[in-house]
Amino acid sequence: MEHKRAEEHHYLRTQKKFPTVWCPGCGIGIVLGGIIRAVADLRLDKDKVAMVSGIGCTGRMPVYVDFYGMHTTHGRALAYATGLKLARPELTVLVVMGDGDALAIGGNHFIHAARRNLDLTAIVVNNCVYGMTGGQYSPATPTSAIATTAPYGHIEQPFDIANLAVAAGASLVARTTVYHALEMERLIGRAIQKKGFSVVEILSNCHIHYGKMNRMSTAVEMLRWFRDKTVPIASLQKEQGAGKIGRGMLVDRELPEYYEAYQKLVQVAQKGA
Amino acid sequence: MPDNQKPRLMQGNEAVAEGALAAGIGFYAGYPISPANEISSILSARLPRKGGIFLQMEDEIASIAAVIGASLGGARAATATSGPGFSLMQENIGYAVAAEIPCVVINVQRAGPSTGQPTSPSQGDVMQSRWGTHGDHPIIVLCPSSVIECYLITLRAFNLAEKYRIPVIILMDEVVGHLRERVELPPPEEVVARPKPTVPPEWYFPYDEAAGLVPPLVSFGEGYRYHVTGLYHDIAGFPTQREDEIEPWFERLFEKIEANREDIIQVDEEAMEDAEVALVAYGAPVRSARHALRLAREEGKAVGLIKLLTLWPFPEARIAKLGHQVKKIIVPEMNRGQMVLEVQRVVAGRRPVIGVNRVGGQMVSPYQILELLEA
Amino acid sequence: MASRFEVCLAGQGGQGLILAGLILAEAAVLDGKNATMTQSYGAEQRGGASHSEVIISDGDIDYPRVLKTDLLVALSQEAFDNFHHEVKKEGIILTDSHLVEKKSGDGLIALPIVETAKGAAGSGAASNMVALGLIAGLTKIVSCKALHKAIDARSPRGTQRSNRWAFKAGFDLAKTISPKAKRKA
Repeated sequence: MEHKRAEEHHYLRTQKKFPTVWCPGCGIGIVLGGIIRAVADLRLDKDKVAMVSGIGCTGRMPVYVDFYGMHTTHGRALAYATGLKLARPELTVLVVMGDGDALAIGGNHFIHAARRNLDLTAIVVNNCVYGMTGGQYSPATPTSAIATTAPYGHIEQPFDIANLAVAAGASLVARTTVYHALEMERLIGRAIQKKGFSVVEILSNCHIHYGKMNRMSTAVEMLRWFRDKTVPIASLQKEQGAGKIGRGMLVDRELPEYYEAYQKLVQVAQKGA
Repeated sequence: MPDNQKPRLMQGNEAVAEGALAAGIGFYAGYPISPANEISSILSARLPRKGGIFLQMEDEIASIAAVIGASLGGARAATATSGPGFSLMQENIGYAVAAEIPCVVINVQRAGPSTGQPTSPSQGDVMQSRWGTHGDHPIIVLCPSSVIECYLITLRAFNLAEKYRIPVIILMDEVVGHLRERVELPPPEEVVARPKPTVPPEWYFPYDEAAGLVPPLVSFGEGYRYHVTGLYHDIAGFPTQREDEIEPWFERLFEKIEANREDIIQVDEEAMEDAEVALVAYGAPVRSARHALRLAREEGKAVGLIKLLTLWPFPEARIAKLGHQVKKIIVPEMNRGQMVLEVQRVVAGRRPVIGVNRVGGQMVSPYQILELLEA
Repeated sequence: MASRFEVCLAGQGGQGLILAGLILAEAAVLDGKNATMTQSYGAEQRGGASHSEVIISDGDIDYPRVLKTDLLVALSQEAFDNFHHEVKKEGIILTDSHLVEKKSGDGLIALPIVETAKGAAGSGAASNMVALGLIAGLTKIVSCKALHKAIDARSPRGTQRSNRWAFKAGFDLAKTISPKAKRKA
């Protein structure tokens, strides 16, 4: 463990950026840890990794990691990352987004990034709420949940983020939670290695807003919820009807990767010239 | 003479694509929209041949975002659009201003507001090009009035963007974008390369005023692992709320343009030596104005022309001089009068400044201008 | 002020008059002259009214739109109705004798342009090439050599010969016009 901690520090900013902006007990810190350990396990060169984010609590993550960091505009992280990756295909590009960032304002970019299948790793920290702005409902807020802007209970249906990514054509899609930290680390590692667009949806706790309004006002209560609400995808069938959420790898498939296809296009164009 | 320098008939939008290629464009992202489509079509064929990236994105917001991302990765990057798409791009243009990332945005203006007239000319976006994104900010806006200027201004836009780490907007109109005329492209010139830092990564601060008004920008991927944000930031690029860190940055953001007005501003003039009436024009109305000028000169009328190739920063010094130089100033525009307000502001009541306007999708007629000479 | 020769080619989308305008302007550039070409753009990709404007001059061309037409080619009644009143008194109005029924005016030349195209190239689609031949025969504003070159460059593979035939037929058709009518150009 000591050894691992040293490796983690290697990938964190040496400038004194801590403590983070996140509330005590926030799940985003666990996601940050998972990303760092996955990167450390893969022994990636810091000079070859970029982290791109949008706006919101998750958007602040690039400050803390010693990679190229791009904190972009709300919802547009994947579009920025698309440009960066195509200009610098040698970089590993990690895109971290919240559920509002990735699926509401950035929903169009999310499905098109999946369809285009450029080699990006999208990590969606799903806390079912807009945290930074004070607890408004998001496209991932469960029906009937309370939010600042749904004081009578939420009447819309949430997106199934992971299955949306599957339908939109991503090469790899996984779902996990911050309670399942080791599984998360493993899935992120696999997603980074995957050639093509990969999505890891991570259920995370905003006990300060979502939890407080929905009878889980501590981080521990929310982690228990993740533990009890989710089951491995393989056992999902057995549990049908129990309202459980499947965890693990949804798809890991071979699809034409965009930049490789583009390189072939370049060859055709240059032959014709 | 190489083939591409022989005299030939070329369209304005085509000349923009040629200018971008001459400037070393490596990345283009766009979304279909009239009357800018030819730029995308040409680059979709030409960019892959030189190993560059052409990408059609899901909308204009994604297009400008990808362009900024690619530019941070070291590519010379541009997008082209028209009014509705230009509106969608505004937030991210502001990001490029704040994060000081070079890029070129081409807006072939069409009649608006809203969907307007997709294939009719207008100059309704003059003020939007200056103030379209929220927040106080500097910007560079260039404006061609001929096909050869489309080429030269595009080339210049890429260089200015790199030199000053700022988005440069090329404000065209449908007339100039779709006009075909004879051009002879000049031999390619050297392009401004992104300056390299002279310090090692641990001493590199992308926003440090100590490194000059325009600190060098290192592309991502070159070992300088800094942070970029649209939030107010310190010299290292990390978010800050400290006024003592924000103020010098904000000051420098404006000063890098203000202090270099002479380098950025391009104004051409014709027959101004003895002129009693000055026509101040930009874009397609330059052509109406020059036609009117020639007819007027044949009748012995002392009319001159000031052509604005840079709209923003506004060429204040030259226009202010008109207040002492001529008796009357006429500003033809394909809108209800936008730049005329700037001219009036700068001339400050010393001389009458009159707008000639045409909306509804037609060029300003030379005869509209001639009528005002009589008055 | 350098003299301008202003041409308006108007008809329906699909008649190839935009292409004819482009070829005319390119030929003028090949002749060493200045030329501008603009066109109307509608939402319709096919059909609908369509026209292009070509200005040719030995000097600079500032205003790129037609102010007073020297030569109008009108291949539909709508085109004739819309544009004939902008033609100079000494200008030429070239129309198809069948397509345009109601027509009058000074300088009117009505010829079976579409029929000539069918006869020469086997298709009315070459009407634009017949029109270019007529322009060459009637006006001398561009050289036949330059037009040949411009037509060849713009003809898709396999249509070069038929386009040339249509052009030649138009050029020959111009010879049937009385010298008086030609002099107006």
